[in-house]
Amino acid sequence: MAVTESRTAQVESGLDQLDLPAAESTPWPRRALRIVVPKLVAAAVLLGVWQLVVSLRLEPSFAIPSPGAVWSAFVHQVHIGNVGTAVVTSVLHGAEGYAIALLLGTPLGLLIARVQVVRLAIGSLISALQSLPSVTWAPIGLLWFGLNQTTILFVVVMGALPSIAGGVVSAVDQIPPLLLRVGDAMGARGIARYRYVVLPAALPGYVAGMKQAWSFSWRSLMAAELIVNGGSLGFGLGQLLESGRAQTDMPTMLTAILLILAVGVLVDALIFAPLDRSVRRRRGLSAA
Amino acid sequence: MTALATPDVIELAGHTQRDDATVAVRIDNVSKTYGSGSGRLLAVDRVSVDVHSGEFVCLVGASGCGKSTILSMIAGLDKPTAGSITVTEGRPALMFQEPALLPWLTVQDNVELPLKLQKVDRVARRERVAELLSLVHLEAFAGKRPHELSGGMRQRVALARALAQTTRVLLMDEPFAALDAITRDVLHEDLARIHATTGITIIFVTHNVRESVRLGDRVVMLSSRPGRVVAEWDVNIEGPRRIESPEVAALSVLITDRLREEIGRHGRH
Repeated sequence: MAVTESRTAQVESGLDQLDLPAAESTPWPRRALRIVVPKLVAAAVLLGVWQLVVSLRLEPSFAIPSPGAVWSAFVHQVHIGNVGTAVVTSVLHGAEGYAIALLLGTPLGLLIARVQVVRLAIGSLISALQSLPSVTWAPIGLLWFGLNQTTILFVVVMGALPSIAGGVVSAVDQIPPLLLRVGDAMGARGIARYRYVVLPAALPGYVAGMKQAWSFSWRSLMAAELIVNGGSLGFGLGQLLESGRAQTDMPTMLTAILLILAVGVLVDALIFAPLDRSVRRRRGLSAA
Repeated sequence: MTALATPDVIELAGHTQRDDATVAVRIDNVSKTYGSGSGRLLAVDRVSVDVHSGEFVCLVGASGCGKSTILSMIAGLDKPTAGSITVTEGRPALMFQEPALLPWLTVQDNVELPLKLQKVDRVARRERVAELLSLVHLEAFAGKRPHELSGGMRQRVALARALAQTTRVLLMDEPFAALDAITRDVLHEDLARIHATTGITIIFVTHNVRESVRLGDRVVMLSSRPGRVVAEWDVNIEGPRRIESPEVAALSVLITDRLREEIGRHGRH
């Protein structure tokens, strides 16, 4: 028996080695190059076309300023401290609204996902709110809270919250039934069931919802900052854009737009993309 | 072929109900219906089977014989419409055709989870997991995640996890159906060894007759739509068995013929 057993173990270990999925990897400098190069080329082409349009003088220079003029405006705004103030103000406001949306939206989403009555009552309302442009809350916020920070936060929260809650609902709905069944069979009940099975199983979908909600927050914030202007408000990127418009200063306006774009992309690239990747990679959901 | 099927190794028996004190699972006149009114479906019809402590019982049958339903009911995930199921040896563990490992946990953590849920303390947990991983020859893979393993390895992790949940009754729902023949063969040896060394009671559902004779102490055949016990065989084969053993083949022929007869009743005449 002992001899047969060790022979079986030998066969088994051979099978294990043969059957293991082969891991292949590209060295990271080459991978980084493959990702970065196309982006750089696209940016260069865009700048070239822009410069070409300006050089052809199809439009007056106040309508389409040259890349150089925008660069000077950017440097000027950095010097007088507007860029630093605006970026910090907007990012802090965005983060604050996003955090509130996360704190309110997560339990709300769980409630909708797991309690049938709640789902029937407000499930479709949440989906409807996801398609409602959040800037429509700005006039209401102005009447409720006045010309202040709360109104901006209100718009951001209303923009992000349906995405967060909706993300939780679809994340829970997409948990493979077999995993829930195996949890039940193991005797996971009540809180343990959520802690060990439901919540971790829903994580990839939740992170996808968080990612989407951030872009909604950021868009809502910009819309709110453009509309809700003056008063006791701080100076954010939206206000920078609006101040450029008031002075018909196209280079400053383009500076503001490029900054808005850059912050949105950077937050996604530095926080949400790596988070999403690590969650997915750990579960073998992505090839990368 | 028939010459090998000597009558003394094959015993046709009709004793589903055994009045013995060592019964681990008693399925007593159990029926299960789904739906109501005209959509009513009788899935399991008055099934009675007693499984002894330490016994390896295989349930075989074609599609629609209610095999999985019976296992669900023994596991307590489903309730019989009539009759009763008594499990005298604690809560059974259930294994599926898919390993159903939690993809975010390592092999170690997957096997540890049932112990965590039973509030076993940390040191004892670690010890038990190490023991179980060596039982399924996976001690070298404790830190891997399920997607880094082959199908057969995942199913061995699932087996270790099931054994972490219980040492008494193991329910297996076609656990090897999705594996290739070589891997399945090795897993048969693993399971037979674990059954022999731990003395765990196993109820094993399969539509593979050969597999049921390879593994079981007893094979119980169920008819389809509704599921009823129609026959059973004790597998009295001495010594180590293999799927290729002539004795296994001989009894498999008998059982397969009976199964075909049963399936044929559902054909159009």
